Amino acid sequence: MLGQQLLNGVVLGAVYALFALGFTLIFGVLGVINLTYGFYFSAGAFLALYFTQGLGISMMLALLLAGIVTGGIAVILDGLLLTPLRRAKAPELASLMVTLGATLFLYSLMSAYFGTDIRRLPPKVFTNVGFNWLGLHIETSQLLILVTMVVIVSGLGWLTQRTRMGLAIRALAENGTAAQLAGINAGAVTRIVSFLSGGIGGLAGVLIGMNYNAIEPYMGEQMMLKGFAVVIMGGLGNIRGALVAGLMLGVLETLTAGYIGSSLKDAVGFGLAVLTLWVRPVGLFGRATIKRA
Amino acid sequence: MKFVQLKRGLRAGALAASVLATGMAGAPYAMAQAKTSVQLGAIEVLSGPNAKYGVSIKSGFDLALSEINAAGGVLGAPLAIHYEDSAGNKDQAVNAVRKLIGADKVSLILGPTLSGEMFAAGPVANAQKIPIVGTSTTANGITALGNYVFRTSLPESDVVPVTLKAARDKLGVKKVAVMYGNDDAFTKSGYDVMKAALTKLGIETLTTETFGGKDTDFSAQLTKIKAMNPDAIVVSALVQAGAGIMLEKKALGFSDKVRIIGGNGLNSPKIGEIAGAAANGTLVGSPWFVGKQDAANVKFVGAYKAKYNAEPDQFAAQAYDTLFIVAKAITAAGAADPQKIRDALVNVKYSGVLGPSAFTADRNPADTSGVVVLEMEDGKFAPLK
Repeated sequence: MLGQQLLNGVVLGAVYALFALGFTLIFGVLGVINLTYGFYFSAGAFLALYFTQGLGISMMLALLLAGIVTGGIAVILDGLLLTPLRRAKAPELASLMVTLGATLFLYSLMSAYFGTDIRRLPPKVFTNVGFNWLGLHIETSQLLILVTMVVIVSGLGWLTQRTRMGLAIRALAENGTAAQLAGINAGAVTRIVSFLSGGIGGLAGVLIGMNYNAIEPYMGEQMMLKGFAVVIMGGLGNIRGALVAGLMLGVLETLTAGYIGSSLKDAVGFGLAVLTLWVRPVGLFGRATIKRA
Repeated sequence: MKFVQLKRGLRAGALAASVLATGMAGAPYAMAQAKTSVQLGAIEVLSGPNAKYGVSIKSGFDLALSEINAAGGVLGAPLAIHYEDSAGNKDQAVNAVRKLIGADKVSLILGPTLSGEMFAAGPVANAQKIPIVGTSTTANGITALGNYVFRTSLPESDVVPVTLKAARDKLGVKKVAVMYGNDDAFTKSGYDVMKAALTKLGIETLTTETFGGKDTDFSAQLTKIKAMNPDAIVVSALVQAGAGIMLEKKALGFSDKVRIIGGNGLNSPKIGEIAGAAANGTLVGSPWFVGKQDAANVKFVGAYKAKYNAEPDQFAAQAYDTLFIVAKAITAAGAADPQKIRDALVNVKYSGVLGPSAFTADRNPADTSGVVVLEMEDGKFAPLK
């Protein structure tokens, strides 16, 4: 049973990590708390539903397309909502307020249009197949989540550490003004980061919607809470941190539910976030920044 | 975490403001209503995530209303229902009660849809001595709210034991695992009922696991349960979590013989839509079943289909019967006086699509003979053989 529980934990952790990756990217590079991120998650899932059911596109292609379209939506929303604030050098709280208003509006719009009924991918589009190996059981969608997470993490690692684009992204994350003075096109880099994080959010929405076979407009909002916990534990803007913290949270929650008591499951997750803030306010992998006046 | 709390706070504020606005906007219009007919109020969830329940109930009322008025109404005057939308919100339900009593001068209130709403709205009507009759509220303790609070829906405590007894006697279920949503008044109350019934029937509970109503991952709990090898899993959940549990159960490779046994929350065709084949074998108890072959039910289903072009569900059936029960009580009372109607309701006997019905001394439905145990088969509930 322990083996299966650990596997359950890793899969749940991968779900958390996958969701948190795009979220932490916005945090780290753009320096804003963008609450519309949860909407990208829901939007991705609904787009995949539309592509497969409405247009008859295959599931794998729909997954990619949903990611790309959600990325595009993220670029547009960022341009509409946050670029004016950046131009006005508005305080951080302003972006929080604007994105909060925008998500509430977008969620309401979605539920008005689609209704709040839970939708599912029809069996002919996607059916989970189980694999048994050494007494462990894993499903297609779970494997897909694990694989996608590995691909995205290594892709992001390569992009940020090995490419000129990554250098520009890191420079912008470090100090926006200095980066611009050094000739980096901040607008372009912002759009790329928005696209990446929106795309990751959308992909996560499709995969998780597939795994639990439940798609509804507010599904992103429920992930946001856990997403916050993971991002806090991993350190704001830290990709490796989001990965490790996500996996850790998933495994700990599963083991708590399996061996201590399922009613303590959520307490463990959020307790860890509080503990992290106490002991290491910058997160497990965060780097303390020293601000000089 | 600060931001999340901030977000929630803002939301609550916005909600309070909108509730206030609807409450105030409704009042002047109602003053102009004619007073010739007998005025009833109905508070149902007509918008938002739980609107499907409220809309079904309203359809049931409207069908019964047209039949009653076509037959001459009550006390020689037509019956009228003022509908208020609670949107599933307790505060909005309380405001609706105040408006119906204060502005519309109704003699009796039907609803609200959800047990949680009734716990908030029931005491308000009770304090003003206006009878309030729930048609879909099944949680424990509803009628304990006061002498003017009634319900026609069989409480979970009447239905769940019938389901569990059928599982024990017909399917040989001896040891079970229990799972319930611990963050919702309805699923928690369902669990209390299940626990009591399991003890009474001598079915052993191997473990009790909890989850959040919005959880999507149940693998940890179900892996643990699988290792204990139960005969069935007794689940108190609403549709979304319930379907999630079924999918995960199938994914973890449980034997098909290990059935899910649910309460009223799982008594919805949605379960089959979401969980597909994983929902097969699910057992629920229901006060009513669309395929019941008695004359009253066949007539009701036919008339409903003709009017709405859809099959009725249990909520429509309960609402349909309830309006006839109320009409009978008003006729017996001889006046549209809330106190007289209340006293007449206690004694009214009626036989409708749910079978025979009457109220117990504590204003709950007295007759459980209409309960049918249903089994999910290929996306549809059918009576358990």
